Amino acid sequence: MNAVAAQVQRHAATSRSKLAIDHMTYRYWVERNQTEFLAFDDVSLDVREGEFVCIVGPSGCGKTTLLNIVAGLLRYQEGTMRINGELVNGPGVGRSMVFQSASLLPWRTVRGNVRYGMEMQRRFDRATMDARTEQFIRMVGLSGFEERYPSELSGGMQQRVNLARALATDPDVLLMDEPFAALDAQTREFMQSELLNIWARSRKTVLFITHQIDEAVYLADRVVVMGTRPGRIKQEFHVDFPRPRELSLKRGADFLRMSDDIWKLIEEEADRINVIRAE
Amino acid sequence: MASIAPSLPVSRPAARKVGFYKRHEAASLGLSTLAALIAIWEFCWQMGWISPLFFSGPSAIARKFVELCADGQLAANALYSGKNYLIGLALAFFVGVPLGILLGWYRRALMMFDPLINALYATPRIALYPLIIIWFGIGSGSKIFVVFLSAMLPIMVNTLAGVRNIDADLLRAARAFCATDRQIFTTVALPYSVPFILTGVRQGVAHGLIGVIIAELSAGNEGIGFMIAYAGQMFATDTLMVGVLVTAFAGMVITWGAERIQRRFQRWRPEHVGGR
Repeated sequence: MNAVAAQVQRHAATSRSKLAIDHMTYRYWVERNQTEFLAFDDVSLDVREGEFVCIVGPSGCGKTTLLNIVAGLLRYQEGTMRINGELVNGPGVGRSMVFQSASLLPWRTVRGNVRYGMEMQRRFDRATMDARTEQFIRMVGLSGFEERYPSELSGGMQQRVNLARALATDPDVLLMDEPFAALDAQTREFMQSELLNIWARSRKTVLFITHQIDEAVYLADRVVVMGTRPGRIKQEFHVDFPRPRELSLKRGADFLRMSDDIWKLIEEEADRINVIRAE
Repeated sequence: MASIAPSLPVSRPAARKVGFYKRHEAASLGLSTLAALIAIWEFCWQMGWISPLFFSGPSAIARKFVELCADGQLAANALYSGKNYLIGLALAFFVGVPLGILLGWYRRALMMFDPLINALYATPRIALYPLIIIWFGIGSGSKIFVVFLSAMLPIMVNTLAGVRNIDADLLRAARAFCATDRQIFTTVALPYSVPFILTGVRQGVAHGLIGVIIAELSAGNEGIGFMIAYAGQMFATDTLMVGVLVTAFAGMVITWGAERIQRRFQRWRPEHVGGR
């Protein structure tokens, strides 16, 4: 924990902090068992402006819970969260989420769905919304599909709409909850490289949750590995591969070594859980 | 970016040239059966095997139909029934939809009224008709109220189900984009409920029709239902059958219309992509 704290300090010193989570603990009540469950314990995380941070960890490590807290969909009780230095607990217009399920409105076309986030947040006037809608449809490569309904799109295209909807709102922090998990392997690879292209152009601060280690290493400036029972931050990895990154990077020795290191950490966690279960 | 050519998962079925019969097989077979039955019925009628005291024949019913049309009796009765029916339906819609939304949106409101709704839903509404006559008399008022009560419940219950079944993912997405309750209501809850509301309307128009006819059968001196009841008392089986067939036809047209409307509002539904 000390090593992590030291690293956090180092980042805070080198660049402007965008999102700062400090000693946060989250518990929730499980109605079925009538018990309290500790989702994660004493998590501190600092994300700098323009940084791409991936959080990986075994299922049940509380990574999605953490993201939901950052999005404001859940409220925390212990610890603090600051965005641009201001204390935040709840939803706000500066954060937009890309969901695991595309969660598009089925009765709205691509155009209507991309516009939807902006309509809800009411930060732009009508003309700006129209212009941004077209701009981000183009950016995610869906020109020509503006009038299609979600049911007429493939899974990958639906996720592009999901991404465009979030980007169009011009968020301070872009939150992504395993957005490519439901896609087939090939589409996922394409979407990863697409995301990096888009990110290079928009330079948003990104907090990205995934359970795929290669995805995290390929995308991120920094990979945060979480452990489980209780959820906590186990270790952080700085990923220094130069950008722009090609997909071929994934086959390089350095890439594989880092993925392997992360994998071992997660495996440790998995073993530990099994030991707990066996007891 | 251009490397991934986004492919369309839904292909429209190619228009193939097929014969008239193949294209309308269901309708052709159905109508043939109907025509054959009517032919047999007419044959029995012509042979004098059916007593006009107990039943009538197709040609006699057709003749009576023309006669009733000519002297304006049928039109007057149909107008009276139709007017009560439409007023009742409109009331049912404008009360049923908001009530359904309210009960679906507020959990506590539903808890309070659920037993009452269930009881009312299980009661044959027409059993309340004698009571309704005490309240509204035997004129238009009681007919309208019966239609209202018959149609309102299915509309309300279906609307309620729609609001309660809203996709949790869509709600979460709306909340994440800071949607206000009002925005969630107009952009998620309402559009999501439209197909449910229309299902309610489809059931409601059918229940309402039954309501108006039975109410007229029981009391009053106007309307298609009254015409049927009065003809029955006079043993005028041909007039009676005209009334029944007109009602059946109206029911078919109304149901067909309601289905059309329902389909129109579901263009975005996957099963409606690429064809009627």
